[in-house]
Amino acid sequence: MTNPLLSIENLRTYFYTDAGVARAVDGVSLHVNEGETVGLVGESGCGKTVTALSILRLIASPGRIEPDSRIVFEGKDLLQLRPEEIRRVRGNRIAMIFQEPMTALNPVFTVGDQVAEVARVHDGATRREAWKRAVEMLDLVGIPAADERARDYPHQMSGGMRQRVMIAMALMMRPALVIADEPTTALDVTIQAQILELLRDLQRKFGMSLLLITHDMGVVAETASRVVVMYGGEVVEQAPVERIFASPHHPYTEGLLAAMPRLGAARDRLVTIPGTVPPPTEWPSGCRFRDRCSYAWERATEHPALSEVAPGHVSRCHLAQEPQRRLQPHEPLAAGKSAS
Amino acid sequence: MTTPLLSVRNLTKHFARTRGLFGGGGDTVRAVDGVSFDVYPGETLALVGESGCGKTTTGRAILRLVEPDSGEVMFDGHNVLALTAEPLRQLRRKMQIVFQDPYSSLNPRMTIGAIVREGLIIHRIAEGAEADKRVRQLLEEVGLRGEYVDKYPHEFSGGQRQRVGIARALSVEPKFIVCDEPVSALDVSVQAQVLNLLQDLQRDRGLAYLFIAHDLSVVEHIADRVAVMYLGQIVESADGDTLYREPLMPYTQALLSAAPVPEPGARRERIVLRGDAPSNTMPPTGCVFHTRCAHPRRDAACAAIVPPLEDKAPTHLVACIKQPPTSIGWEQQQASGGTLSPEKYVPRAAVTATGTP
Repeated sequence: MTNPLLSIENLRTYFYTDAGVARAVDGVSLHVNEGETVGLVGESGCGKTVTALSILRLIASPGRIEPDSRIVFEGKDLLQLRPEEIRRVRGNRIAMIFQEPMTALNPVFTVGDQVAEVARVHDGATRREAWKRAVEMLDLVGIPAADERARDYPHQMSGGMRQRVMIAMALMMRPALVIADEPTTALDVTIQAQILELLRDLQRKFGMSLLLITHDMGVVAETASRVVVMYGGEVVEQAPVERIFASPHHPYTEGLLAAMPRLGAARDRLVTIPGTVPPPTEWPSGCRFRDRCSYAWERATEHPALSEVAPGHVSRCHLAQEPQRRLQPHEPLAAGKSAS
Repeated sequence: MTTPLLSVRNLTKHFARTRGLFGGGGDTVRAVDGVSFDVYPGETLALVGESGCGKTTTGRAILRLVEPDSGEVMFDGHNVLALTAEPLRQLRRKMQIVFQDPYSSLNPRMTIGAIVREGLIIHRIAEGAEADKRVRQLLEEVGLRGEYVDKYPHEFSGGQRQRVGIARALSVEPKFIVCDEPVSALDVSVQAQVLNLLQDLQRDRGLAYLFIAHDLSVVEHIADRVAVMYLGQIVESADGDTLYREPLMPYTQALLSAAPVPEPGARRERIVLRGDAPSNTMPPTGCVFHTRCAHPRRDAACAAIVPPLEDKAPTHLVACIKQPPTSIGWEQQQASGGTLSPEKYVPRAAVTATGTP
């Protein structure tokens, strides 16, 4: 077995706020193999974005990556690198694509300048050479008349075009890993289809790995080969994409899939997960999903470990040990209180 | 046949863009460009389209939250656009709106009790202890606890705030609510809670909804009828089952095929639209969609003739001169440069309704 490209072990990122310690990421382990696309899914506040920012060490005070966390990338622990060493990794070996291409681009520079800057910073390319490479890259990501559009400012472009510029910037240095944080969430569905197609295309071309962060199970199904589901700052389930959809094990994953309205499905009442995600300063003890779970029993006060339920499929749920409990669903605790 | 509760005819709203900082601009954004539809009592009509298609402006123009330039809006026997301030205020008791953003649509300085109570007072529905009681009932009806009345919006999650927005709309006992993307800012599990709530309230109170959305799977779930908008115009409308089983407007087909499918390996063929939507300051001539259309019979006539929104089947209206039957005869199309005669086109990639759950 070859070593994974990226391996996160027991990552804990805490924020020390006035309201208490927010354990946004609380013991996350996951890995990304070479050339693989891993989907990191979960709802707002589950810790997926903080996980991504931790990889690049973009956590600012009052946030802190706790000791004993490890993020090994290409054989090096990123958390042990000196600031100038991590800067050489960022944008070079690991690149990030953000959700909102309007705020992630600088409004006072042309898009060509911003893409070219990557080559100048990381490769020491001359202004002229960097510009030439920027135009090639913009062309590659499907910007029509790239040599002219490179002179545009971000506000002159549509959301889809700006996201293509972001992708051009991310791929300029041919990174080994691209982290895409909700790359299509701000886009219309027809433009989303174009961008996902482009990402798949470029991944084939460059053989890069992709960590795709999203809340959209449809996007995951079409893009990822392996899925990591987060809830309450923890990984609650991990499996190949086919298994997550065909036989989800964790009740949270099950609920997420059932709550989604699907094209072509009957117009029944939607299944809901009662209650809401608790704030990260107040994770319940034991199983963090217990108040919203329709199977929870006395054992929920005990914190469940990740258990293997099938080859390559792990779940943080006591049902792994007592599967017969699945036959006795009941009203979750949160449903008894007032909704949401 | 029942009479419509709301009847919109040729609604138009253009925004004049003033000259920009650097002397440019001075053009007109044709946000809503001759939109017509009916909403019947107790039903949900969905208005679907992508950003900038004019769906939100349409919803607001009906309530006169923006003043339309022209057209006619009949609501419950009243000509809404002709009303003066006082009768309009009274009519708004019957037509309400729930906004997209549960964060900016609630006044952060008011308790949620005061927010819900406001409508009761303004419309003199209740006051004093009676109003307090009604507010608690309303909060409970939307699934919030009555004792929350003294809390402020920031103490609630997005889904809970959206429930407050719904309670506020319900307080004046409307017959009709414009729901402007009410769930698109919410997580999927919370989205399902709010959709179920809207359906329950519709059933219990006989409400009619104009449901404005961009998510076709949400719309399929909630709508009785669907109207698809593109560049300020309705380009197709039909009952939900028909639209999802046999979409005829090539734009609708592209929209449906673009939606990601939550089934790994079931990657469908996709109609990938060329480029971005044109600017609505200068919509294309003829059919507004012809610049991106994938209909195999698309030709020069599409750029020359404005397609009427007409019946292709009973109650299935489509604006396309290449989908038969059409009132724009073949000779007329040829006279405008047409070279490819109309022929029905429904690509497999666009058909999502399978009939099985």
